[in-house]
Amino acid sequence: MEITVSDDQEFFRATTRRFLGAELPLTAVRALADDPAGFEPDYWRKGAELGWTSLLVPEALGGGSISGRGAVDLTLVADAFGRHVAAGPLGPVNVVADAVVRSGTDDQRAAVLPDLLTGELVTAWVGDRLALGGPAPGSPRSIAAGGDVVLSGSASPVEAAGQADLLLVTTAGPDGPAQYLVPASTPGVTITPLRSIDLVRRYARVDLADVVVPASARLGAPESSADDLERQLQVALVVQAAEMVGAAERTFEFTLEWAFDRYSFGRPLASYQELKHRFADMKTWLEASHALAAALAREVAVDDPGAASTASVTKAYLGEHLAELLQDCLQLHGGIGLTSDHDIHLYLRRITADRSVHGLPADHRLRVADLEIARWVA
Amino acid sequence: MSDEVESVEAFVERARSWLAENMPRREGDRRRGFGSDEEELAAVARARELQRTLFDGGFAGICFPREYGGQGLGPAYQRAFDEVCAPYEMPSVFNVPTFVPCGAVLLEFGTEEQKRQHIPAMLRGEELWMQFLSEPSGGSDVAGALTTAVRDGDEWVVNGSKVWTTGAWWSDYGLCLLRTNWEVPKHRGLSVFIVKIRQPGIEVQRIEMINGSREFCQEFMTDLRLPDDRRVGEVDDGWTIGRRWMFHERNAMGGGSPYTSGPGPGHAAPADEGDPLVALARDTGQLDDPRARDLIGEAHVLKRAASELSERLGRGMATGAVPDTAAAIARLMTAVVDQRRITIQLDLAGASAAGWADDDPAAGLGVTYLMRQNTSIGGGTTEMARNNISERVLGMPRERTLDKDVPFREVPKGPPATSS
Repeated sequence: MEITVSDDQEFFRATTRRFLGAELPLTAVRALADDPAGFEPDYWRKGAELGWTSLLVPEALGGGSISGRGAVDLTLVADAFGRHVAAGPLGPVNVVADAVVRSGTDDQRAAVLPDLLTGELVTAWVGDRLALGGPAPGSPRSIAAGGDVVLSGSASPVEAAGQADLLLVTTAGPDGPAQYLVPASTPGVTITPLRSIDLVRRYARVDLADVVVPASARLGAPESSADDLERQLQVALVVQAAEMVGAAERTFEFTLEWAFDRYSFGRPLASYQELKHRFADMKTWLEASHALAAALAREVAVDDPGAASTASVTKAYLGEHLAELLQDCLQLHGGIGLTSDHDIHLYLRRITADRSVHGLPADHRLRVADLEIARWVA
Repeated sequence: MSDEVESVEAFVERARSWLAENMPRREGDRRRGFGSDEEELAAVARARELQRTLFDGGFAGICFPREYGGQGLGPAYQRAFDEVCAPYEMPSVFNVPTFVPCGAVLLEFGTEEQKRQHIPAMLRGEELWMQFLSEPSGGSDVAGALTTAVRDGDEWVVNGSKVWTTGAWWSDYGLCLLRTNWEVPKHRGLSVFIVKIRQPGIEVQRIEMINGSREFCQEFMTDLRLPDDRRVGEVDDGWTIGRRWMFHERNAMGGGSPYTSGPGPGHAAPADEGDPLVALARDTGQLDDPRARDLIGEAHVLKRAASELSERLGRGMATGAVPDTAAAIARLMTAVVDQRRITIQLDLAGASAAGWADDDPAAGLGVTYLMRQNTSIGGGTTEMARNNISERVLGMPRERTLDKDVPFREVPKGPPATSS
C-alpha cells in the first residue's frame, strides 16, 4: 500500500472498509464458515457496485478505475479484504476481467464483461501453476480436434471454482500455453469442492474429461499466450500481496494493543525488551511488505517489464515474512491464540492460504534467480 | 541559469552527458582487500579531486542549499543522480560521515559563519569530517560521554578520548560531543564542538580490525584548547543536536538521506552491473546448482525488499507522511539484509572461504564474513534500532535507566568497587 493516496482513493478505500465492516464483521465471517459458497451472491453484487470488479476494465468497456492505475486502486480493495478476512472471488474475477479486456475478441468481451462487472458472473482461473514452470503430469492440456479443441487434465486447488459460472482454463497446448474460456456447465467438467483452510474462501478440484470446446473459445493469440499467462500471475499476485499486507497489518495492530493491555509479573508485555525487539522486527517486515506490494502494483499498472521479477520478489518476501509475522503474533498471545474463540486464526488462515497458492516462496525465489541470472549472465 | 526549475528528466539528461565527459568509469570491484597506507592516501586524494570536479560541474551537494555551495534541489534529483552516476567512480568517502551526519548537523544547528566556512569546503572536497562521538567507555550510550570540556575564558580545555572514527588519520575536522557539565543529568550537560584534527593536543592512533583494516582510529585529547566560536549550539544543550545527529546517521545507514550522493546502503544498484552474488555463482561454476539458485534468489529478494523499503520511507519522510523516527526501520532492515547476504556469499564461496589463492573468484570472502556484523554495529547497533522502533515508532515503554534525574557525576560507570 502506498503511504499516501489521493482523496478519491481514500474515499474509495473508506467506502469499501465501511461496507465490509457493516456487511461482514468477523462474526459474519465466522457464520459463513459452513456455507458451501462462502459468500452470498447479493453481497458480491453489492461489492461489484462499489467497484470491486471494474478497476481493471476500461470505461469504454463499462468499467473504470479511480486513479487511472487500476492495479494500484485494486490494492485498496485487496488490503481491505485482508483486514476483514473478507469473502468473495476478488482475485479470480479480476484476473479474468483483465485477461478478457486485454486479449478477448469483441464477442468474448461482450459475453463476459457486462455480467462480470455487475457481479452476476463469477469466474475462476484454472491452471495457474503453468505460469510458474512447465506442465506437470496430469495438469490441463489441450489438443485440436477438427474445428474444436479437447481439454483434459486436472487442477487443484482452484479458488472459487465451485461458485464460478465461467472458467479461464490455462492449458499446455502443442505449441505452448493455450487458454480457453469454458462455461463451468460444459459436459466433461467436474468440479469437486475441497476442504479449505480459510473460513470463507472456497477451493475446488477441477477435472477436465475430454471437454470439447469450439476453437473460438480460445482467449488470446497463440503468440501472446505466454505473456498473457505471465500477466495473469502478476495480477493475481497484486491482489494476493495487498491482501496479505492488510491481514498482517490488522493482526499486528491488535497484537500490539494486546501487548499494552496484558500484564505479567506486574508489568505489560510491551515493557519487555525481548518482546519489544520482536515487535520491531515485525514492524520492519510489515513496512518492507507494504513497500513491495505497492511497487508491484505500480509496475503492473503500467506493464513495466520488471514486473515479473518484482512479482516474485514480493511473493517470496511476503510469503516468508508475513506468515512468520502471523505465527509470532500468535505466539505473543500465548494459549488463547491457539483457540477458535480468538480471531487471530481467521487471519492466520488467510495468510496461510495466500502463502500456499500462486507459487510458494521457494518457487518464486527460483524464478527471481532465473530472471537475475538471465539478466546478467549472457 | 534562469530561475525556472529544471525538471528531473532534464536534470538527468544534463547529468548523464556531464558524467560521461568528466568522470572516470568505475573499474572492477574494490571492496575486498585493503591497500597500503600510501594507496589509501592516494585514494583519498583522488576522492578529493573527484569531489572538486563534481563541485565545479554543478553536481555536488544536490540537496544542500545553494547559498552554501549546493544545488538546492529536492531528493528526487538526488535519487535520479544516484542511478545515472552508478557506472562512474564517485568520491563516496565524503558521504558518511562528512555530508551526513556532519554536514546535515551543521546545516541545522551551525552558526551562519560555521556554515559558510565549512559546508562549501566539504562540497569542494577540501574538508573531510569525522564524528567524535563514541568513547571507549560506551558505544550505544553516546550521551554518557566522559570526555570533558572545561571553560577557560574564551576557550575550552578538552581532555578525554573518542573512538571508532573512520580514517581520522587522513581527515580534517571532527564534530565532537563533549561533557560540559557533570552536575546535571547526563543529557543536559553536553555540548557540541567543531574540532580541527591536526593540531596540538590531539593524538590519533589507528585500530586494526579482524580483516586487517586499519581505517578506524582513536583520538586522545590532552589539554586541547578550543575557541568558543567552535561551539555548535548552546552550552549544555548538545543533546538537542545529538538526537538529530543520530537521526541523520540512521537515515544515511538506511539509505534514506538526501545528502549522500552515489551508490551506498539502500541506494539504487548500479544499473549496468548485476548482483555480485550472481557473478560469484557464475565464476565458481554454480549457476546450475539448484541450491545456489535458491540462495541467489533469496539474496536478491532481500536486497530488493531493503531498497524498496528505503525508498518508501525516504519518500515518506521527505513529504512528512512518515515521522523521522522511522529511519530506524530502514536502518535495521539494511543491517539484517546485509547479514544474511554475507552469509549467503560465504556459502557460495564454499571451502574457498577457508583457503584461497589470490586469483580465486571467492578470494577473501571468508574474511568478509568475519566482519559481517560491521554494518549491524557501526552507525548505531541494531539493538538500538530495535529499541528506537519499538519505543519511538510503536510507542512501547522506554527501557528503564539509572541515569535519569541524577547528576551525571553520580551515575554508576562500572561495577561497584569490591570491599577488601
